[in-house]
Formats: sequence, structure tokens, C-alpha cells
Amino acid sequence: AVCTSRFWFNYRHVANTLSVYRSVKRLGIPDSHIVLMLADDMACNYRNPKPATVFSHKNMELNVYGDDVEVDYRGYEVTVENFLRVLTGRLPPSTPRSKRLLSDDRSNILIYLTGHGGNGFLKFQDSEEISNMELADAFEQMWQKRRYNELLFIIDTCQGASMYERFYSPNLMALASSQVGEDSLSHQPDLAIGVHLMDKYTFYLLEFLEEVHPASQANMNDLFKVCPQSQCVSTPGHRTDLFQRNPGSVLITDFFGSVRKVEITKDTINLTSSLKPLIQRSGSGDMQIESLTYVDQLPVAEIIHQKPKQKDWHPPDGFILGLWTLILLVFFQTYGIKHLKHIF
Amino acid sequence: HTHLNYKLGLTLQNRTSEALTPAAAARDEFQEELVIRPLHSGDIYASFQFRTLWDTDFLQEGQKVSHYRLFPKSLGQVLSKFSVRELHISFTQGFWRTMQWGQPFIPSPPGAELWVWFHDTVSDVDGNWKELTNVLSGIFCASLNFIDLTNTVQPSASFKPLGLGNATDHRFLRYATLPREIVCTENLTPWKKLLPCGSKAGLAVLLKSEKLFHSSFHSQAVHIRPVCQDEQCTSKAWELRQTLNVVFDLYTAGQGKKEWSLFKMFSRTLTEACPLATSSKVYVDITDNPELSPATPLLSQAVVLGDRRTYSVYDLSRAETFGQLRSLNLLLRWKGDGEMLRPLLHAERYVAGFGLQTGEIHTVIYNNHPYRAFPVLLMDSVPWYLQLYIHTLTVTSKSRDNKPSYIHYQPAKDRHRPHLLEMLIQLPPHSMTEVTVQFERALLKWTEYTPDPNHGFYVGSSVVSALVPSMVAMNTNFTQDQPLFSSFVPVKEESSYFVRVYTEPLLVNLPTPDFSMPYNVICLTCTVVAVGYGSFYNLLTRTFQVDEPSLPLAKRLANLIRRIRGVPLLT
Repeated sequence: AVCTSRFWFNYRHVANTLSVYRSVKRLGIPDSHIVLMLADDMACNYRNPKPATVFSHKNMELNVYGDDVEVDYRGYEVTVENFLRVLTGRLPPSTPRSKRLLSDDRSNILIYLTGHGGNGFLKFQDSEEISNMELADAFEQMWQKRRYNELLFIIDTCQGASMYERFYSPNLMALASSQVGEDSLSHQPDLAIGVHLMDKYTFYLLEFLEEVHPASQANMNDLFKVCPQSQCVSTPGHRTDLFQRNPGSVLITDFFGSVRKVEITKDTINLTSSLKPLIQRSGSGDMQIESLTYVDQLPVAEIIHQKPKQKDWHPPDGFILGLWTLILLVFFQTYGIKHLKHIF
Repeated sequence: HTHLNYKLGLTLQNRTSEALTPAAAARDEFQEELVIRPLHSGDIYASFQFRTLWDTDFLQEGQKVSHYRLFPKSLGQVLSKFSVRELHISFTQGFWRTMQWGQPFIPSPPGAELWVWFHDTVSDVDGNWKELTNVLSGIFCASLNFIDLTNTVQPSASFKPLGLGNATDHRFLRYATLPREIVCTENLTPWKKLLPCGSKAGLAVLLKSEKLFHSSFHSQAVHIRPVCQDEQCTSKAWELRQTLNVVFDLYTAGQGKKEWSLFKMFSRTLTEACPLATSSKVYVDITDNPELSPATPLLSQAVVLGDRRTYSVYDLSRAETFGQLRSLNLLLRWKGDGEMLRPLLHAERYVAGFGLQTGEIHTVIYNNHPYRAFPVLLMDSVPWYLQLYIHTLTVTSKSRDNKPSYIHYQPAKDRHRPHLLEMLIQLPPHSMTEVTVQFERALLKWTEYTPDPNHGFYVGSSVVSALVPSMVAMNTNFTQDQPLFSSFVPVKEESSYFVRVYTEPLLVNLPTPDFSMPYNVICLTCTVVAVGYGSFYNLLTRTFQVDEPSLPLAKRLANLIRRIRGVPLLT
């Protein structure tokens, strides 16, 4: 789930992403399987009248930020390069696991993008763009490296349908909030917070997903019907030609939810009621162990008399080398080579 | 017969081994504590400390740890993999106002701060540092991966280890700050998960993000260091301290009345102690005689930060603390008139000058002690794009030049290293010392600007470390049942206490180009080429041909008939 917009007036994009994140977590996908990228911080932004909250419904009904949120990429880390690296898996070796997309050829992946976009591109943080061709190529790389089984791509931007026009890899299904030439509109402003809270398409998508539970049999055709033109003003589009199964037979929980193996046990573990503090250890008799001490925090005398660090000796380079070469050359020019033996 | 002997031998062996090692398994220990201090300005300061003692010296040869009890496994694995001797990381939102609130128990600068002492055996400290920052960014959900060599410094005298040890070779120390880093629920959640009881029992149930972030100051930190295992101090144990300092504002959270309760601060009350804790206590500072209910008979006195304070103690491991309602909600009311103890050391920093080319950084340090002078160590780490002119460095106290007794300056290398300036300055009593240095702003390459460059660029806080002379004798004995807030910094002598003061971070504007210029230039150039050169080219190379206009249908049919007849055609 990626939000690509920065600045306070793009609150609704962060709310969009968080509401999809929330639905996906509610339906069973754990944090270790979710990569959440938020380009700016709205919850603890100084302009937020209610800190640590992001609301999706006006009158502050639903806090989609919640108490248990894990943002993997935030602020300046949300760039086109990082997004493509996460998709294709080409991350530097020291990247922690929570920032990687650890998928294999049996994984169903859901990708949700939101922000400002245009015909064929999506804007990242007001300074760069990702084009639909780049996205299609990234998915092809993922297919060739067997990084997904099936992929559902949802995008909520203006002219969103242009982003999935160029896909050519198999097993991709895409949904967009508006067609080429149409703008996606935002839903409701909240007068206390002062900005629009959600976009129309994601608002109705959230309402639809709130009714889905982990055992629900709703399928993709129901998802395509979310937010018709009467509610959304723009025409949502979808693309299923690259998908091998019939959309009517694909369950929504295939992408939005997951089932985890839970083993129920009836055993109880008793915590010992009073834990005694550490047993005093007596030093062993034969060895004399000296007691350890803490370091002086500001040893003034030691600091004043600190010797400068011995720098490692490097052979001279650059200017100094050129200067010495010049001096030697001039010397040997004036005095000749045969005088060398006087030196050595 | 031999079988019986063998069995006897085994039991004998068991008994002897038991006598040699009294405890078979390593015992971890967990203590939690909350200190509530009403502040003179009407705000209230709450400081949580959670201390987990890990009874293993994993840096010793042959000790391989595979079983973690109370100490979190994620941090334990990080420590052993990177041979970390000490780790201090803090995330802070807001700035600590020393003149209004006094000195904090655990100081921290705004943004994120990370300083690490590596073990002597590490050969590639920079490589370990880079990997450590990446791993920590995953654990704490923060952008700590932006810490690299351009904002890391190696202080030569500040930041001595707070734990056990005698070797202090500063080649193994690394320090970095990210003043821009924000703290929000996504940082609090993994921090809470490191606690043995999580946020389900004990004092951590009070940590609700909606209330904690609606405050003037919020700081959460993790401090890991080796400490004495027992009073003889013959072997090491590892201590993890998680601290959370929060100051609730009188007007935004307190509705303007100097009347606070646990429920008003945290929207929760305490119901039980953490079952895994050996001690779980709440200390309320009653030195200025506020009204406190419910009353408690336990009182304790402690000397902390050079001042003797009296505390009411609520012991949560005793059932009678919770009363009949099984919940503890402290109510505190005070008048707030009278003089506050002035903090003896205070520092400020600001940028002077005008325009986008040059400027001047002023650091002002106040010594409010009436008759004692003491030395302070000032450490400044300035990013490379503010090019400091060290020949303009002046240190003045009481309008006279004050020469520092120790200066360590490491100049910056463009795009590789920041400036590091450390000075040991003697502050005369009751005076103000001003350190000024001029700088010039660099023009960055256009890809190096952040997506919002007009916000400005941050310069991390300066650190002022000092041993301030104390009015009251400090306690140098190390005892196991000392409250946690007084045992954080090791006290070596009675007459002074160690204090670290952070100044404000600076926000400077760098000369910012207009990023739409490449687009404008392309449009303009193409238009000029198309209109000017294009029309000229067309004039020279275009040929004209006569073009027959197409006739309407009726005339075309008439022309067809006329062609057949051989009569001249219509036009």
C-alpha cells in the first residue's frame, strides 16, 4: 500500500492508504506481509488537531491510523526507485526483512497506489514520476523471477486507467478509480481538520470491505461494481484480460485476506508469583577478580592532555606530489644526473 | 554391581555441580517505574523507566545465547551480531524547555539520536555502523537508514560510555542525529513490544498514543549498556532501559487548571503491576507540597540532579495500593506560586545574518551558579553544506575573550563528512558565554535537494556536557533498590553531577533553484526554434503547387456528362 503525496492538503491520500491497510489487517494479513509506504506524516503532523489519528469519515467517526500500525517506508524514503526495488527485490543486502517483499511464486499480491496522477504517470512526492511503462516492466520482471502467483493492482488517482493500459504479464488484474481523461474526486471535507478526508473511490471501497469478513464468498465481480458513476462521478475501470481465471470465481479474500495456522492449546503456564531479585554471587575463592568500574563522564584533566590521534601515514598525492616532482625535475635539469652520486 | 556404582557416581556429581553454581539458569530481572513531577508552569512531567537486566555476558568467549527470557530477542541478536558495547537511541518530538521545566531525568535532542560504542574486537566499525542503522530502522519503523557517513561523527571527548569499562578509545564511538525525524504511533508500537509485559499489564497500559502525542514534549529512548551484576561488581550483566518522557501542557491537555490525574493524562488508570516485574512503583514529587490523593504512607527521599526531592511512593506489587475499586487513579493539585530552582546550566543556539549566502551560528551557554565556575564540553556537528569559517570562531564570556583549554576540530569534506567541533570551555560564575562562528551556504546539486527544499535544512542540536557543582551531596553508593531515575548516570563524586544539555536544532534555508526551470527552458527553446528557425526554413525550402479545389457533387456529374460530350468543363 503506497501513498505518494506529501504535504498536509494531501491528507486524503494517506487516509486512503491507511484504510486499505486497515481492511487488509482486519482480514488476517499480518504486518510482516505488508509493506506500507507513506510519503508524509499526517497523524503526528503539527497541523493535525487530533494527534496520532487519521480519520476517514467526517465527524471523526473512524480512526484508520489506530494503535498498532507499522509503516515500513516513510517520508523521503518513498521514491520511485525504492518502490521498484521493493517490487523487483533488488534491495541492498542490509535491508531489514520488514522492508522487503518476500514473495514467491505461490503468493497473491495486492498493490494499492494513490496520489496525484495523469495520463500515463503517477507523481511521487511532487518531484518525480513513475510511468505506466516502468510499472509494466517491473511486473514483467516479477513474473520472470517468479515473484507472484496472481497480482491485483488497484489505483486511485486521476486518469488511473492509463496506468494499467500497458501491462503485458500474465495473471494481472487491475482496477482504477477513473478512466483516461477523467478526474478522481475527493469525498468529504471535515471542518475541524480542514482538509478532505478521503477520495470517493476508496471511501466506497472501504465501506464495501468493512462488510467482508474472512470467510466471505464475495468475488471480484462484486469488487468491480464498487462505486458506480452515480456515487463516484468518475467511471471506475478494470482490466481482466491478462488474468487466467474467471473473475467471478476469484474470492476477494484471495487478495485481501489470509488464513493463518493457529494451534489452540489448553495448557496454562504459571508465572511464578514473586520473583526474587538476583541471587548474590560470591566470588570464587582462587582467582582474584578485580571489580569493574564505570567510566568518568567528563575527565577534564585527561581531555586537556589528550594527545592528537596518530593519523595513518599515506604517501603524498595530488598537489604535493606534483610540487615535489617539479622540484626534483628542476634540480636534475640544472645539475645533471651525474651529480646523483653525491646525494646517495 | 557396577551399574549401582555408576548411578551413585552420577548423583554425587550432580550434587557437587549444584554446590558450585547456585543458580542453574540465568535469571533476568525487570523493574518498572513512573515518576510524576508537577512543573512550576502548570505542566506535568511524567517519566517512565523500564529496566530489563539480562544476566549473560554474551561478549565473552564461548558464550552463545539461544534462550531469551525477558530481554527482547530482536535486540539481543542485534547486540551480539554487531559486537555492540553500548547503544543509545532516542526519538523525540518537541524541545525540552530547560528554563521553564528544569532539567529532565534523561535528556534528548529533537528528532532521532543514535550513538553506539562498539567493542574493541570490531575491525570495520563503519561497516558495522551502516548495517546497524539499517537493522534498527526496521525494528523501530524509522528512517534511520538515512544515517550514513555524511551525518555521522566520531566525538573525541564527549559521549563517554555510561556503562562499565575502562578503555575509551574513541575510534569505536559513532554518533549521529536526524533532526527531521518524526515520532508517531508507528515508533511507539515496536517500542512497547520490547517490554516483557508488552502493553497489557503494569505501567505500560498507560501508554496510549492519542494522549502521549498530544503533548508539548514526547521522548522515547532505548539505552543498552553493561552494568554491575551485583554489589561487588565482579562481573557484567547487560541492562536495557526503555525510557519515555512526556510533558503534558496545561492548556491543550489540562484545560487550564493545575489539577491533574492519571486519567486526565493518559485516559487510563492502573489496575495491576506487571507479573514479571520484581518492582513496580510510582513516585510522585511532593517537594513543593501539592495536594495528592489517594494518600500513601510510603515516602522516599532522593538526591537527583543536584537537588534533594521528596517523593510519595506507590508500590503496585502490593494489592492495597489499588484500594477497593481495584484501580489506582492519582489526583494532584498544586498552586504553583513561589520560586522554581533555577537550572544551573542552560544553552541556546540561533542563526544570525541575512540573505542566502552567509550567516553566523551563535551558541549561548549560561552558567547560573552564583560563585562557582566549571568547565563544559561543547560539541557541534554541522553538515557539510554549511561551510564553517573556523578563523572567525570567537568565544566570549562577560565581554572578554575566553580561550578554550581543548579544541578538537575536524573539517568537513564535501558530501563525505560533516564538521565536528569540540571545545572545553571554562564558564565563569553567573555569566553568559557566547560562541560564534561564521558560515557560508553551499549550492547543492539539483538531485540532492529534498522534495520540499523550501522547508529548509536542519542542523542537529549542539551538545553541552558538564559536571555541574551540586548544592547537595550526591549519593555515590550503588545499591540494588535505588530508584531507577537516580541511577541512570553513574555518580563518581559527591560534589557534582553530570548533566547534558541539548540546544535547539537550526533550520537554515539553502539557496534553492527553481525546479521547474528545465521544463521552462525546454518549452522556450523549442518554441523559439519552431517559430524562428522553422518559419525561416519553410520560406526557403517550401514549394507551391496549384491545387484544384474539389467541386460539389452536382457539378462533378455535370462535368462527367460534358467530358463525354467533348464540351469545356465547369470550374
